Amino acid sequence: MRTRTAIVVMILLAAAVVGLQAVEDRARTMLLPEGQAADILYIQSPEMLKRASLSYTALIADLYWIRAVQYYGGTRLSTGPKNYALLYPLLDLTTSVDPLFDIAYRFGAIFLAEDFPGGAGRPDLAIALLQKGLRAQPGKWQFGEDIGFVYYWWKRDYTTAADWFTRAGDMPNAPEWLKPLAAVTLARGGNRASSRTLWTEIVRNAELDWLRKQGEVRLKQLDALDGIDIVQGYVQRYRDRTGVFPTTWDDMVRARIIRGVPRDPTGVPFRLDPSTGSVTLDPASSLNPLPTVTEQPH
Amino acid sequence: MKVVGLVAVNVFKESVRDKVLYSIIAFAILLIASSLLIGNLTAGQDIKIIKDLGLASISIFGLLIAIFIGIGLVWKEVEKRSIYTLLPKPMRRQDFLLGKYCGLVLTLVINISIMTAAFYVVLAFMKQFEPANISVTAAAPATDPAMLKAVVLIVLELMLVTAIAVFFSTFSSPFLSALLTAGLWVAGHFNADLRNFGAVVRSPTLAHVTRAIYYVLPNFAAFDIKSQVVHAQAVPVSYLGVTFAYGLAYIVFVLTGAAMIFSRRDFK
Repeated sequence: MRTRTAIVVMILLAAAVVGLQAVEDRARTMLLPEGQAADILYIQSPEMLKRASLSYTALIADLYWIRAVQYYGGTRLSTGPKNYALLYPLLDLTTSVDPLFDIAYRFGAIFLAEDFPGGAGRPDLAIALLQKGLRAQPGKWQFGEDIGFVYYWWKRDYTTAADWFTRAGDMPNAPEWLKPLAAVTLARGGNRASSRTLWTEIVRNAELDWLRKQGEVRLKQLDALDGIDIVQGYVQRYRDRTGVFPTTWDDMVRARIIRGVPRDPTGVPFRLDPSTGSVTLDPASSLNPLPTVTEQPH
Repeated sequence: MKVVGLVAVNVFKESVRDKVLYSIIAFAILLIASSLLIGNLTAGQDIKIIKDLGLASISIFGLLIAIFIGIGLVWKEVEKRSIYTLLPKPMRRQDFLLGKYCGLVLTLVINISIMTAAFYVVLAFMKQFEPANISVTAAAPATDPAMLKAVVLIVLELMLVTAIAVFFSTFSSPFLSALLTAGLWVAGHFNADLRNFGAVVRSPTLAHVTRAIYYVLPNFAAFDIKSQVVHAQAVPVSYLGVTFAYGLAYIVFVLTGAAMIFSRRDFK
């Protein structure tokens, strides 16, 4: 009987604790001013962290990597002002504690290079991180390829990009497509053909679904750019024939220039500006914003 | 030798009664929960992180058992006054101490063996869900047998920690023994700094002293090859051999010291 009473009391107390917690949550949001959760990196010295890790350096590196991923994801998804100030220090600590943590260099570079606000918008830091990786593992062709990619896509420095693709192609076990890619990059700069080659290889060799999906989106963007060029040509043909720009796609369908409403690779109709005749992506398209990749005559 | 075996088996039975093996359940829960969570927390590298976590957990659980049971091995007998009924029996004090040590090592080995088996089961399970394009690019297969090299050195490291805990427990209180053992374990990871200390100080005497401390202190960092095996780096058998010889020599050295102190200790 006494035990049963104790159990009942414990259940009641547990329920009270849960209930009071819910009340406290509500009271906090209603009665207290919103606190600022500052992003603080308590340990900033890689050497200090390495020593403090004792024999658990790999585990500590994992924790910092998880923290870097969460920090990047949290900042990217936040609705307030975005600040990626801690991203590089977190990645630097991760790779200092575990210099063989390949993914931290490679994905970290993507997080850093991506244009702000989707990423830190710091291709210079992305290159610094990958070069640190190359110092730790000089024969890792993937780091060389990634540096070339950052120069190509984010810095639009095609000469340096080609140089890095060549260097990566000379490293042990490098795939055969790297050297031709260097040649294409050097010959045609940032045109769509070389961009398509690069992204196709990234999709083919992606180690993560996330990266593959990113590559697939980039390829669709390139297809969308091709599509816009073609449709723009049709709009010009309509103008040549009628002397005015079409006001809707239906005008062009009726003129038998196109058979239906032209759509981007995600199925969203292109947008037509009747005053200038320019064809663009619809703002609702998930392919926005399109990269500035030129199409050069072959 | 028979005495050593009898005492060792008793220590093992006692540790089972003390629910030491419950640590395996805690380990299994930690590993399974982590494997379910990590996929949502990080971009890839799930298996690498589980490997790091698994090996670190085996080491940490083992370390806690080695220190907190090791320090009580002799003290408990004194505290319960059972030492007074044991010592008059026809056995040498050093055999009793060695039996105690071997019993705890047996507990640790069984514990770590089960943890390692659970570790490989979790990894094999996670491997099923790993996309083929990722497993192809991974540095090592999920259930890489080379990880056993790290486990073997963890066992050796814990055997040395146990010997040190037993050594301190022969003459000091459990609290002090735990503090000294843990302190020595931490200091043993900073050995490389002691070795290089001479390069940053002007005094040659101080440089010689730190160099001497470097050689005397147990070099626990030598037993750590967890990162190397997870990254599929080669760990030569010769390295394992040298480390094994170093570990065993140090264990015998510490246990001899413990036996000397314990043999001369006056329990009256």
